[in-house]
Amino acid sequence: MDDVQTTNMEADPNPTSRSRPHWGRAIVWVGLLVLLGILALGLRRTQQGPITIGDRVTGITLTTFEGEQINVDGLQGKVVVLNFWASWCKPCEQEAADLESAWRKYQPGGDVVFLGVDYVDTEPEALAYLEKFSITYPNGPDLGTRISQKFRIQGVPETYILDQEGVLRFVQIGPFTTLGQITSAIDPLLNED
Amino acid sequence: MKRLFPAITLILVMLLTLPALAQEGGPNMPTDDEVNAIAKGLYCPVCENIPLDVCGTQACAQWRELIREKLSQGWSEGQIKQYFADQYGDRVLATPPARGLNWLVYLVPPLLIAAGVYILFRALRAWQRPVAPAMPDGSLAEGQDEYVLRVEEELRKRP
Repeated sequence: MDDVQTTNMEADPNPTSRSRPHWGRAIVWVGLLVLLGILALGLRRTQQGPITIGDRVTGITLTTFEGEQINVDGLQGKVVVLNFWASWCKPCEQEAADLESAWRKYQPGGDVVFLGVDYVDTEPEALAYLEKFSITYPNGPDLGTRISQKFRIQGVPETYILDQEGVLRFVQIGPFTTLGQITSAIDPLLNED
Repeated sequence: MKRLFPAITLILVMLLTLPALAQEGGPNMPTDDEVNAIAKGLYCPVCENIPLDVCGTQACAQWRELIREKLSQGWSEGQIKQYFADQYGDRVLATPPARGLNWLVYLVPPLLIAAGVYILFRALRAWQRPVAPAMPDGSLAEGQDEYVLRVEEELRKRP
């Protein structure tokens, strides 16, 4: 084996000229590894599941139609009802009045915050919808669809209820059909103290 | 009667031109073709994989009306597309903007094609090259791979 190595050393009068292809290969391999790494990161991000019940919800900021910024992280100590809707969504209309009634029921206590997230909508139609159903709790567009992507919503309406610790405790896919259905999801969280 | 003639003519002209203007939606109102030219490059997240210009949902109809409104306000195509990207995310754009990881979409395919062409070129050249025996004085014949010869020589030396 030593003999082989010695022969190789002797047969290579200009080692720098032979090292060039190795550098080329190294660059190609490093490039491939970087590419694979980026792909792996991308896949990992897409494979990450949606926020599920029991997960702490952080990093959500809603900019309302009035321009106010509401950070969900700052609402700890309160139950947060996050409702996704759109003006073009007919099932959303079914629950709009009940959500507003529920908000008016809990508003005086100050323990529950309702937030409406307007999904993939146009502002004039959204504002007309809010006026039509006399909705008074804060509502705002889902800018860049960032909030809906975080929850990986399947459509609208969907409602997510967080407890006082900011942990997701209840998910409603589709519209609430009665006011009682909404209050029965919120009341147990208020009684936990 | 002579004084009334111009007034009557004016009223008649207005009556004749008004329906035509109403049909077009007014002199500054963009046409459907102008709206669809921009809508073609946008995708609504609700109806994935259906371009906005042919999507039949109410959400998409609202988006097209928004494009019409922005066009009538004098917005350019670029400004409108940027507005939609800001409001609904980059994923609504048919062509992803060349920034961040999106660069991979533009860089990787040409690089892979170039690498493929290079490998193919090398392979074709290797196939064309005639296998020449080593010269008696030990020098290399044209087209002979020095590395292969050395490997063969080392293999011969092995017991």
